[in-house]
Amino acid sequence: MITQPTHRRNWNWLQGRETLLAVIFVGVIFVNIQLSPYFLGVDNLVNVFQLSIEKATIALIMTLIIISGEIDLSVAAVMGLCATIFGWLYQGGVALPLAALLTLGIGTLCGVFNGMWIAYLGLPSLAVTLAGLVGYRGLASVILEEKSVSEFPDWFSALGQKNIAGLPFPPTLVLFVLLFAVFVGVLHFSAFGRTVTVIGNNKEAARFAGVGVRRTKLTLFIVSGFMSALAGLMYAARVGTVRANVAEGFELDIITMVVLGGVSIFGGSGTLIGVGLAVLVVLSLRNGMQLSNINGSVQTSVIGLLLVLSLLLPTLFHDVREARRRVKPVPPLAPPIADELPKEESQRSIKTTL
Amino acid sequence: MNRFRVRAESVRELGLLLIIVAITLYFGSQITNFFSATTFQRIADSVMIIAVVAVGQTLVVLTRNIDLSVGSVVGLTAFVVGKQFAGNLNLSPVLAIGLALGIGGVLGLVNGLIVAYGRVPAIVATLGTLAIYRGLLFQYANNSNISTRFLPDWVVNLPSQTLITIGTLNITVLAGLALAVVIVFQLGLTFVPSARRLYAIGSDPETARTSGIPARRLILIAFIVCGLLSGLAGFMYLAKFGTITSVAAQGLELQVVAAVVLGGINVFGGSGRVIGSLLGAILVGTLEYGFIRMRISEFWKQAAEGLAILLAVAGDVIILARFRAYLARAQSRAHLSASTTAVIVPKQESS
Repeated sequence: MITQPTHRRNWNWLQGRETLLAVIFVGVIFVNIQLSPYFLGVDNLVNVFQLSIEKATIALIMTLIIISGEIDLSVAAVMGLCATIFGWLYQGGVALPLAALLTLGIGTLCGVFNGMWIAYLGLPSLAVTLAGLVGYRGLASVILEEKSVSEFPDWFSALGQKNIAGLPFPPTLVLFVLLFAVFVGVLHFSAFGRTVTVIGNNKEAARFAGVGVRRTKLTLFIVSGFMSALAGLMYAARVGTVRANVAEGFELDIITMVVLGGVSIFGGSGTLIGVGLAVLVVLSLRNGMQLSNINGSVQTSVIGLLLVLSLLLPTLFHDVREARRRVKPVPPLAPPIADELPKEESQRSIKTTL
Repeated sequence: MNRFRVRAESVRELGLLLIIVAITLYFGSQITNFFSATTFQRIADSVMIIAVVAVGQTLVVLTRNIDLSVGSVVGLTAFVVGKQFAGNLNLSPVLAIGLALGIGGVLGLVNGLIVAYGRVPAIVATLGTLAIYRGLLFQYANNSNISTRFLPDWVVNLPSQTLITIGTLNITVLAGLALAVVIVFQLGLTFVPSARRLYAIGSDPETARTSGIPARRLILIAFIVCGLLSGLAGFMYLAKFGTITSVAAQGLELQVVAAVVLGGINVFGGSGRVIGSLLGAILVGTLEYGFIRMRISEFWKQAAEGLAILLAVAGDVIILARFRAYLARAQSRAHLSASTTAVIVPKQESS
């Protein structure tokens, strides 16, 4: 249930961030069309999405985690670990469906492990998941060392590569769209989603109000582990080869998608629509650069630049506007209280936007 | 009443020292010839770079920020300085080190401006600049490498220059430099007022601001100093390895953050000491070397490092917090009993 005032506030907010993203998105597409004749082909458009479906999938849960005021830096490492374990199990002769189930279970366990330290011992998620980033990647390397596993059965690869009958995209893309719908439902239309937002706004207040802060956080990290494992499976299906360094550095792209999408890094606000738009922006930008043969590391740096600018520019505009307002002379006959009030109000608004 | 004041930080650092000793003894019992001058040399070599960057990182983390771009800064500096040598072998040492510091300082300045004046959260901002600086390096390197034959002799020989010899242990000039950096910054953080304010900013940014501390400027300075030290580390990296590719020092930020966190610098700012970071760096370096020598798949090292970070943070929250609370209680009890005796004594005199 959404009450009227929150709805109206969301709408105001939509006008800012989401419009900006849509404009950037259109701009990127326009430039891409100019640069490459292949960009508008249906194959390429599907490719844009398909090539980074794993990142977009993890971005869904990362959105919730960041809104709850935490962060999970270990997602890419868990994804790599799960893909590795999946390949290792398959190589060891475990039936593929069972291997997939076990992989999902292990990802979930990683989530439980992260979540316990954060939710029940109160450790900073930044430090815990940083340890996870190093540790899980290390475990992945222990399991497969320098080797790689490939040659999964055809039906499995088909899940990530072949198109569903009659449609121009593979099943994993359909799975992503379904997951997106589920996450929108959870975040914006369910009690759990409100709980996540409340915790991100004020953890103490949420606790005093009887919200199960610990349980909610644990749940979020468990789901994060599960989604990362799922992303690992998607990767194995799409690429057909797994190594220990699968998804190395994906956390940058994932966090960029979420923060670019207008989710406050301090928690408490953000929408999945914004994140969805940001995913489109990041993916089409990367695709365009790929079509123009730009080196992968340079691509990443452009994404990094976009991330920094998307946070920097709004505050700069805000500062400039504030400075202009201050320069404007106060009407001579205004009572003192009248020119005090707006100033205070403007400062309060700065604080809330921060 | 001249009581020795126990500080939680000291106890923690002592604990860390004991862990380092225990690990060293363990490696000593498993590896033949572990206690040798070469071992010391190797560990010191890998610790010095981590330690110098960790000192800069400490300043930033104290202010409740983080600089994830240090690895890219080290790599970029090492490459650019190496490239200058390739163009001109007679580049003077002062100019070369100045260039390294300059590049590091400018990159740190950019980080600091974005964080302190652009009000972008440090973790996001420096995650972005990590990618940006690495991309700049790729663009600048353009698939070329730096190797020792491009470097003048004094740079190539620098890592083997000995400063002083204690018994059979040689302390190289570079290790001495790293040690000097640690000592200078430890003293600075203890005695220089504006450096003390970094603690105030980290403990409570709002209170620090309202009490008139120029928080933004100090955070900017912390980032610049972190950049300068990363630049210095970049020069050390160039001298140590000689061969620099465009992925140089990738992932160094993880080791540095590990050292800082292990060293007891609170990730929420406001507490920790440079000495702790040095100990953290030594632990990371010792683990790395020990694992390589034990011929255990070196990948276990990463897993062990991850676990060590986790245990350090958990130890801080669970044990250290209780210990701090205990110290505070003990202190207030001592205070209370002192004041009650002071009240009682005059009463007895009057009656």
